[in-house]
Amino acid sequence: MNPWTRLLIYLVAAPLVGGLLAGWDRRITARMQARQGPPIFQPFYDVVKLFNKENVVVRRSQNYYIFFFLLLVVFTGGLFFAGADLLLVIFALTLAAIFLVLGAYKTSSPYSFIGAERELIQMMAYEPMVLLTAIGMYLVTRSFSVGDIASHPTLLVLALPGVFLGFLYTLEIKFRKSPFDLSSSHHAHQELVRGITTEFSGRTLAMIEIAHWYENVFLLGLVYLFFGSMPWLGVAVALAVFVAVILVDNVFARLKWQAALKSAWLVTLVLGFGNILALALLAPKAAAPQAKANPAALVAPAAPPALTPTAAPARRT
Amino acid sequence: MNLILALILVPFAVGGVLLLLRPDALRRIFVTSALVVVGGLSVALALAPATLELGELPVSGHAISLGMLVVELAMSLYLLYVGVRARHALIVLLVLAQAGLMAWFELGPGAHVAVAQELFMDQFAVIMALINGLVGGGICLYALGYMREYHEQAHRDVPDRRPQFFALLFTFMGAMFGLIFANNLTWLFLFWEITTLCSFLLIGYTQTEEARRNALRALVMNLAGGLAFALAIVWLHRKTGGIGLQAMLHSPDKALVLLPAALLCFAGITKSAQLPFSSWLLGAMVAPTPVSALLHSSTMVKAGVYLVLRMAPLVAGTKAGLMVALVGAVTFVIGSFAAITASDAKRVLAWSTVANLGLIVLCGGIGTAEAVWAGVLLIIFHAVAKCLLFLCVGVIEHKLHSRDIESMSGLIVSMPRVAVLMQIGMAGMFLAPFGMLISKWAVLKAVVDASPVLSVFIVFGSAATLFFWVKWMGKLLQVVAPPPRVAPELDLGESIALHGLAAATFLACLLFPLISTHFILPYVAGVFGPTGALMGQGNITIMIIMMALVMLFPVTFLNYGRGVRVTDAYLGGANVGGSTHFRSSADSVQDVAIGNYYLHDILSEAWLARWGVIGSAVLLAAMFLLSFP
Repeated sequence: MNPWTRLLIYLVAAPLVGGLLAGWDRRITARMQARQGPPIFQPFYDVVKLFNKENVVVRRSQNYYIFFFLLLVVFTGGLFFAGADLLLVIFALTLAAIFLVLGAYKTSSPYSFIGAERELIQMMAYEPMVLLTAIGMYLVTRSFSVGDIASHPTLLVLALPGVFLGFLYTLEIKFRKSPFDLSSSHHAHQELVRGITTEFSGRTLAMIEIAHWYENVFLLGLVYLFFGSMPWLGVAVALAVFVAVILVDNVFARLKWQAALKSAWLVTLVLGFGNILALALLAPKAAAPQAKANPAALVAPAAPPALTPTAAPARRT
Repeated sequence: MNLILALILVPFAVGGVLLLLRPDALRRIFVTSALVVVGGLSVALALAPATLELGELPVSGHAISLGMLVVELAMSLYLLYVGVRARHALIVLLVLAQAGLMAWFELGPGAHVAVAQELFMDQFAVIMALINGLVGGGICLYALGYMREYHEQAHRDVPDRRPQFFALLFTFMGAMFGLIFANNLTWLFLFWEITTLCSFLLIGYTQTEEARRNALRALVMNLAGGLAFALAIVWLHRKTGGIGLQAMLHSPDKALVLLPAALLCFAGITKSAQLPFSSWLLGAMVAPTPVSALLHSSTMVKAGVYLVLRMAPLVAGTKAGLMVALVGAVTFVIGSFAAITASDAKRVLAWSTVANLGLIVLCGGIGTAEAVWAGVLLIIFHAVAKCLLFLCVGVIEHKLHSRDIESMSGLIVSMPRVAVLMQIGMAGMFLAPFGMLISKWAVLKAVVDASPVLSVFIVFGSAATLFFWVKWMGKLLQVVAPPPRVAPELDLGESIALHGLAAATFLACLLFPLISTHFILPYVAGVFGPTGALMGQGNITIMIIMMALVMLFPVTFLNYGRGVRVTDAYLGGANVGGSTHFRSSADSVQDVAIGNYYLHDILSEAWLARWGVIGSAVLLAAMFLLSFP
C-alpha cells in the first residue's frame, strides 16, 4: 500500500478505532466488576458533549499547549503509519508528551503540577525501553524505517522476546493504566484529583481524549510491528495485548512512582538490554553491511540485498 | 595562510591593548570593533575555498619554536610561583615535570625536527573557528554590559579588574584559534597550556576563598592533562621521529601511535571535564557568567573534545578506543542523573555540559565515520544552545539576585523576553526537531552500528536529560502569584548576543543539511574515505516539517485569552483571593507553594559523583594498559 494511503487511513480511522477501543475498555472493565457498563459508543458521546461545554481556563495560554499535544500525537502516528524512521517517530511522541506536560505546568495548579511531575517520571521510566525496542528492531532488520521493519520477512518477536516483554511492561505505563495510573487517574481522587488534566475542561479535555485515541492506535501499531511478517497474527496479538492491559488494570493496585520507575528500569535492563546483549554477542560481526545474513541464531536468513556489488570499485591510487 | 595567522595573532594583540585600556567607554568601542574583525575573519575563512593555499611561514620554524619555549618556560615559572604560594605540592610537581620534559625535548632530541607544515586547516578546523569566533565573540559582547553591572551593582565587593578580565578573554580566544590550526604538536601544546593558564586566572577572578580553591583544582587537573600531552609528544617523536599532527593521523602503523593517541585522548578528557575530572568544571561556576559560558560552550571544553575527535581514526576499533568511549558513556549517564538532583541553575547547566561532552567523547572513542559526523554536529549545536542558556542565567541572576531554579517561577511574567529565549535554548538542548536531537539520532545510529551494547548508556542518559530540562521549562511557565515585571531586561550588548544566539539555534537546525554537506561530510570523507549521506533525505524533510510545526506554536497566541472564562485553580479547599491561598480543613488560610521534584530519595549527587569517578578512573587506567604496544 502507498504510504500516503496508509497515512490517510490512519488519520481518518484511528480516532474511530481508538474511540471504539475505549468504549470496549469501559464495557469489559464494567463486566469484570460485575456491572452493566455504558454503551460501546459512550466515549464518542462524551467527546461530543465536551465540545459543547463552556471554555473555562485558569491561565489563558494553557489550551494552546494541548492543541499542539493533539497535533503532534497525530503527527507521530502519521509518521509511523507512513513508514518513516522509527527513532524520529519516538522523538516526535516525546515532543508531543512534553507539550501536554508543559500545558499542565502552565495551569499552575498544585494538582495538575503533581500530575505533570509524575508524567515526566513516567516518561523517564518508559523512554529507555521504547528506544531499546527501536534498537532491537534495527539489530534484526538493519533499518530504522518502519516500512522496512514491517516488511521484514522474519517474525521479529522470535529474535526479540525480551524486548517484546519489556515493551509490553512499559506499554502499561503509556496506556496510563493501573498499576501505573500515576499522573492522571480515575481512582485517586484524594491524592491527585485528576492529575495532569485537572484544570482542563470542555473542548480541551476532548482534545486530550482524542489524542489518547490516536496514541493508543499508534501504540498497538508498535505491538503489531513485532509480528510484521504475519499480518493477521499481528492484529490478533495487538488486540489480545489490549485486553490483557485491561485485565491488568483491573487486577493490580497502583504502585508508588518510585516503584514504577525502578521496576520499569529493572525490566528494561534485564529483559530489554539482556536481549540486545544476546543479539549483539550472537550476531556475526555486523560491521560489514553486505554480510546481511542472520543477526541472531533464531532468525531465518534475510532475503539477500537486491544489489550486491560483486567487486569493490577500483580504487584510485 | 595570512588569514589563519591573523585569526591567531589579532586576539592576542587585542588582549595586549585591552590590558592598558582603562576607560570603560573606550573599552566598549575597542572590544566591539575587535569582535567585528575577528568574527569577520572567521566567516571569511569559512567562505574561502576549501583548499586554501598554506604557504611558508615568514619566519623559520625553528626560531618560532625557540620563542615558544621561552613563553612556555615563563608560564611554567608563573605556575610554579602559584603552586608554591598556595603550598600545593601536586601543582609544583606537575609543572616541574612538564616544563622539564618539554625543555629537555626541545633543546635535545626535538631541536632539529622539521614539521612539513606548522599550521594547517580543514573543514573541522573551520567549524571550530566559526564557533570560537562567533559564539565566543557573542560572549565577549555580552560581557561588556554584564561586567559593568557586575561591578557597579551586583558585586561591589569584588575588586574591579576589568582590563585584565577582557585581556584574558581575548588571549583565551587567540589560544583557541592557535590550538585549532596548529599542526606541529609542540605548538598545539603551547596553546593548550595557554588555555589552562587563562582558565585558571578567569575562574579565580573574584579572588574569594572559594574561587581560589576551585581555580587551583582546575589547574591541577588540566596540568595533569598537559603532562600527558607532553609525554605524547616525546613518545611520538621517539617512535616515529615526527611531531606533526597530520603525519601522526596518517601514520601507516596505527599500533605504533596508539599510545600517544591514548595520551592525547587523556589530555582531551581532562580538558573537556569528563569523569573523573568533572569537578573542575562544576567548580568553575564561581566565576562571572561570561567565563562560565566561554568555558562551557566555545573554548576550553571544546578544545578537549576537538582533540578526542581528531584522535578518532587512530583509536577506532581498538580496545583503548572502547575505553575512551566507555568513559564518555559513563560520564553521559552520571552527568544527566546528577543534573536531576541540582536546583542551582548553573550547576544543572554544568552537569548537562559534562553529559553532552560525554556523548562527544563517546563518538570519538567509537571513531567510525558516522560517529565522528555525529560528534561534530554535537559540538556545533551544543555550543550555540548552551551558550544561550548560560548568558540567560547570567541575566536572571543579576535581576532576581538568585540562580536557584525554584526562584525562577513566573519568569514568563517578570522577564518574558529572557524566559522565551531560555525556552528556545532548552528546546535546542534536548527537544526534537532541534539540533541536539538531530545529533542524538546520529549518535544513537552510530553507536548501534558500531557497538550496540553501548546504546544502553545513551537511552538511560537521554531519559534523565528529558526530566531535568522539562521540569525547568515548566518552572519558567508556571505563575502561582504573578511576580512584578523587571525592566529593562537586557542592555544592548546582551540583547544582541542573546537574540543572535537564539536565531543561531534555529538557523543551525534549518541550515543543518548545508552545514553537513559543505563542512562535516567533506571532513569525514577526508579522514575515512568517501561515505554516503549519513542521514536520509526523508528524515531531513521530516525534521523540517516538525520544525515548521513547532515554529507555528507562537501563532496560537494571537488568539490569547479569547473566548475563554478565567477561573481559579482547584486547591482542594475554598480559594481565598484567587489561586494563591486556600482555606484548609482546620479553617486556617494556607499558601500555595509548588516545588519541583529533585528525586533526592532515590538519587544522590555525591554518590553518583563518587562512583562515576571511581568507575571512569578504572576505565582510564585500562585505556593506558591496553594501548601499550
